[in-house]
Amino acid sequence: MSRKVKWLLALCCVLALTIALAGCGAPQQTGQKEDSKATELSGSITAVASTAMQPLVEEAANKFMEKNPKVQVSIQGGGSGTGLTQVSQGAANIGNSDIFAEEKEGINATQLADTKVCVVGMATVVNPGVTVDNVTKQQLIDIFTGKITNWKQFGGPDQKIVLINRAKGSGTRATFKKFALDGKEEAVGMEIDSSGQVKKIVAETPGAISYLALSYIDKSIKALKLEGVEPAGENIVNGKYPVWAYQHMYTKGEPAGLAKEFLQYMLSDEVQNTLVPEMDYIPSTKMKVERDAQGKVTQL
Amino acid sequence: MHKKYVEISGRMISFTCAALVIFLTVAIVYFISVKGFSTFIVNGVSLKEFFLGTEWWPDRPIEQGGPKVGAAPFILGSLIVSLLAVFVSTPLSIIVAVFMTEIAPGWGQRIIQPAIELLAGIPSVVYGYIGLSVLVPLIRNQIGGNGFSILAGFLVLSVMILPTIISVSTDSLRALPGQWKEAAFALGSTRWQTIRLVLIPAARSGLITGIVLGLSRAFGEALAVQMVIGNTRRIPTSILDPIITLTSAITMDMGYTITGSLWNNSLWSMAMILLLMSFFFILIIRFASKRGVVH
Repeated sequence: MSRKVKWLLALCCVLALTIALAGCGAPQQTGQKEDSKATELSGSITAVASTAMQPLVEEAANKFMEKNPKVQVSIQGGGSGTGLTQVSQGAANIGNSDIFAEEKEGINATQLADTKVCVVGMATVVNPGVTVDNVTKQQLIDIFTGKITNWKQFGGPDQKIVLINRAKGSGTRATFKKFALDGKEEAVGMEIDSSGQVKKIVAETPGAISYLALSYIDKSIKALKLEGVEPAGENIVNGKYPVWAYQHMYTKGEPAGLAKEFLQYMLSDEVQNTLVPEMDYIPSTKMKVERDAQGKVTQL
Repeated sequence: MHKKYVEISGRMISFTCAALVIFLTVAIVYFISVKGFSTFIVNGVSLKEFFLGTEWWPDRPIEQGGPKVGAAPFILGSLIVSLLAVFVSTPLSIIVAVFMTEIAPGWGQRIIQPAIELLAGIPSVVYGYIGLSVLVPLIRNQIGGNGFSILAGFLVLSVMILPTIISVSTDSLRALPGQWKEAAFALGSTRWQTIRLVLIPAARSGLITGIVLGLSRAFGEALAVQMVIGNTRRIPTSILDPIITLTSAITMDMGYTITGSLWNNSLWSMAMILLLMSFFFILIIRFASKRGVVH
């Protein structure tokens, strides 16, 4: 074979590959396909979940698929940022987030439609060896900004405070910073990228303090009262305990087709009254206060 | 005719495979470079600020002082942890390699070879989990600090890179011509003199390759390190301080960033540093193997 032919052959191969790979990149948009028959739903949708919400959405999706056997709902993990990016790019049908799309830089919030599915409370948690039960907001700010570094400075044991933060973009961290620390910047501390690990590390490290969604709290760690208010369901419902966040499910434009059906199912009594409280979330329909993207709270 | 057909199709298949590999490499390098450079070109961050800055506020609003993306603590963290790991692991690995090839080539190898293969096969998350459950509490209780530290990080890493360095070193020692050893013995060298003065210097290029491969594995390891080093974005002052590496900073933040934002781009720049480091390591290996006695 002559040299020229060889080169031509190589070039053809590369070209063919490029085309094949480009083909793979095309988005799979089967989701918006709506079945004309109202009685039976079919098709598939993708929801990208925030870690805080993933267990709930997965459970709900399983039940939804049981009821509609022809429907395929796939749930992917990722994080609030991933969810919002994917849904605004049209790569996912639903993007779940702990925070309002308006709060995330680089997302065009106007083209996203928000469905608030439930509310999750977040508590300050400490290692069980810390004898403190209650903190004021000012103390909490002093701890997290690094002004107070030892528990004995307000009546605890003589033990260095170990700050444990979630990763910088975490929805839990953003919520805690905004409503428990009044937006003050946290001091540099350890960063852990999942709630499960935070729980393990707080439970094992003497003097550790962090924050967790209520659904993660168990006997291995201790949740602190804030200004004497217990971080529990009732106090969040009537707005006494300020550190909580909506769990949003965003769609690009108003929800339509299968995505709409699924969101309606998430808001139905079946999910809101059984699944949501079972997993330690609070149904958004129960809330007596409402909060907007700027953090303003109004009584309902 | 038939023979020619077979010939051409064989050629086609091997061309396609080779082209695929080259295409993938070029595509990945291109992608990372485009993304990585946009921190400096699109967002206008100066090289000095990125490589020497120590403050990391990628999403701070303008009214509070604007975003800052100083990656120095990450780069420093990666270097410290992986270099320390190599320092611990190298002597151990080379001694084990010598033991396996020269001192006890029979039974030593029968026992150690499978042990090393087993070590190499353990997933990094398992190493990290063991580190988190055993090493971190041990350091906290016996030495001090809160356990999440440089010490825990490089100890875990040094175990992880043992198999890499041992197997490359063993191969290079084994590749040495047998006559050299015989000649050394014939001249009256003891076994120790033969190993120290003949075999190890002769296998130097292979040993360096092993060390650099270990270093590059340590540099690129994310999960196990992330679990035990405490991920604190600060320049450390002691070996018991927590630290953060490039890889763990990328895995921590990537799920939360928006494509195209400064934050996302600076993560890509960090990925580009990792890529450049691996180019650099490959260059060292090339250079070392050219100068070696045995190729």
